[in-house]
Amino acid sequence: MPSVLILGATSAIARAVAAEFASHRYDLILAGRDQEELSALAADLNLRYGVRTKTHLLDVLDLEGHEASLGTCLVEAGEALEGVVLLVGYLGDEAAARTDPREARRILDTNFTGCVLALNIIANHFEQRHKGFICAVSSVAGDRGRQSNYLYGSAKGALSIYLQGLRNRLHHSQVRVVTIKPGFVDTRMTFGRPKLFLLASPDRVARGIYQAVVRGKNVVYLPWFWRYIMLLVRAIPEGIFKRLRT
Amino acid sequence: MSLQGLSFVTRPLSGWGRYPVERCHIFRPEKRAEVAAILASGAQRSYVSHGLGRSYGDAALNHDGGVLWHTRLNRLLSFEASSGVLECEAGTSLAEILQYFLPRGFFLTVTPGTKFVTVGGAIAADVHGKNHHKDGTFGNFLLDFKLLTPAGELMVCSPTSNPDIFWATLGGMGLTGVVLSARIRLRPVQSAYVWVDYQKARDLEEALRLMDESDYRYQYSVAWIDCLAAGKSLGRAVLMRGNHAPAEQLPSRVRNPLARPSQRSWNLAFDLPSRLLNSLTVGAFNALYYAWHRNVANQLVDFERFFYPLDAIENWNRLYGKRGFVQYQFALPLEGGHAGLTAILERLARSRRASFLGVLKRFGEANAGLLSFPLPGYTLALDLPVTNGLVPFLHELDRLVLSSGGRVYLAKDAVLNAESFASMYPKLEQFREIKHRLDPQGLLSSSMARRLGIVEK
Repeated sequence: MPSVLILGATSAIARAVAAEFASHRYDLILAGRDQEELSALAADLNLRYGVRTKTHLLDVLDLEGHEASLGTCLVEAGEALEGVVLLVGYLGDEAAARTDPREARRILDTNFTGCVLALNIIANHFEQRHKGFICAVSSVAGDRGRQSNYLYGSAKGALSIYLQGLRNRLHHSQVRVVTIKPGFVDTRMTFGRPKLFLLASPDRVARGIYQAVVRGKNVVYLPWFWRYIMLLVRAIPEGIFKRLRT
Repeated sequence: MSLQGLSFVTRPLSGWGRYPVERCHIFRPEKRAEVAAILASGAQRSYVSHGLGRSYGDAALNHDGGVLWHTRLNRLLSFEASSGVLECEAGTSLAEILQYFLPRGFFLTVTPGTKFVTVGGAIAADVHGKNHHKDGTFGNFLLDFKLLTPAGELMVCSPTSNPDIFWATLGGMGLTGVVLSARIRLRPVQSAYVWVDYQKARDLEEALRLMDESDYRYQYSVAWIDCLAAGKSLGRAVLMRGNHAPAEQLPSRVRNPLARPSQRSWNLAFDLPSRLLNSLTVGAFNALYYAWHRNVANQLVDFERFFYPLDAIENWNRLYGKRGFVQYQFALPLEGGHAGLTAILERLARSRRASFLGVLKRFGEANAGLLSFPLPGYTLALDLPVTNGLVPFLHELDRLVLSSGGRVYLAKDAVLNAESFASMYPKLEQFREIKHRLDPQGLLSSSMARRLGIVEK
């Protein structure tokens, strides 16, 4: 049976993605930082769907350790590994980050640098094999910087551009690169935050991610209407946008 | 712990009866470790756990306080087919357990009348089903659970390990600690079907006589009672009693004995006008329901229809409109039980308060749960719309229940007062002592706990 590696497996969206792949008969390799949560998740998915599940400790912020931990993980996964879904994100405290460089670094490293370093290793792995898919979850926040989350947004935006380049490079090796841009999703990232709208369930987003991967899409907004919302948002002239309270 | 883990939503919240409605600060932990962090955070003065919100009153509400939603802490952890023992997180619903384990030949040993209840909720209310006379409550098949105490300690509780805390937590309405996971024993079954005998009883006397005489022949037994019928027909009922159907007895048209039959469900997407359910309309419905049923034996009924008839209508509580309703369920001991039930049904019929069919069951032996509801005798559950004078009327019923030596079920209750509660549950002092030992600061509290005087206001 084919398998899929999920990075950042303990979040609500990741759990739903894992369940979606499992329901389509994929074995799972679940990677993250929290062993207790990973073990519970692995047990749950195995019991519900009957697929094989493995866990792997991996911290995207451990920038030097990727080669060792991620490299081993990929090799161990062997030929059955069809692809990777990267679901690492950290909204952070933007207000604190203005004065606390550690928090600022954390936002940037978790959402961009750490992901890129991990994706580099993954890209090399699949490029050699001339097959597979790499699916990374960015965000609509990366489409335009706005005052309430521009650190997060800029990191995600940078990630989207990196993925574009990666898509271009890996196309010549028959490896698919899928960029997912969710809007507001009902998870702990958004729970309790005011002024949100059109909150999508993690299950709905997960179904969209699975469909995007199997259909070989390039850039997918989830749910679909965010593509058009962001088109409008991007169209607003900077002279006007800068005056808005976003 | 990141800041995000502690965010909360402030919203009006209610139980299934939609009465009362209270403003609560709701947390939704996604990782087990977050529960301890929330309790230790000081973000709220007190917290109560909340599952799928099927308790009717304020058991899972905490007015102006913290509420912990367990819905995302719902993972299955392990299963041993030889013993039928399943370990799962407390937010797992009975519906999910059936979804994954009935196809493997396992049913819930004890299930309440809805499957949209979490394992944690089932423990907190020590729920019972149609088989109490044979099998007892949910707690009878609960091997152990892991309790997070208010002090932050993770304790394994079972009848042999921390037994005092085990028996306090079972039926303890979430007030001793937060159950994070539990091990329960499922029942092996051969099919998703039940053989059911339907019998009509002219009146309460006949219903009770039939149940007393022949319940022993059935794993499951329940009677639907017309609470509006008066005079000679007082308590006329339809008895529905059954046993699991073995695979070889199923007709050939049933291809897969363990498959769930196709589920048609309806959704009541809006509130019905509050006055729609009144003594005329409900009386007519009840009469029709009674007339329509025939005495038939050996009907093959799928488990959804037999165990969860109302689950097919999502949001059925909207039938009662925005004002909501109260479900009143009480238990009376065997001795004097007939007379007690008769008195209450007469009082109810006289009041012309529109109760849909009441549900009558027999209870077997009680367990050692300090606040566990069932006692050997009878139990009757009724729905009553929230209309003028309901609360004093229910207090009158409370007095009738008390005078028969009975008690009210906390999972349904919304209006019981502290005095009556203390009289109904003689082990309350023992419970308070354990509660105080585990939770001197009152970190775990609910609107119900304060109303019933279990904790200080």
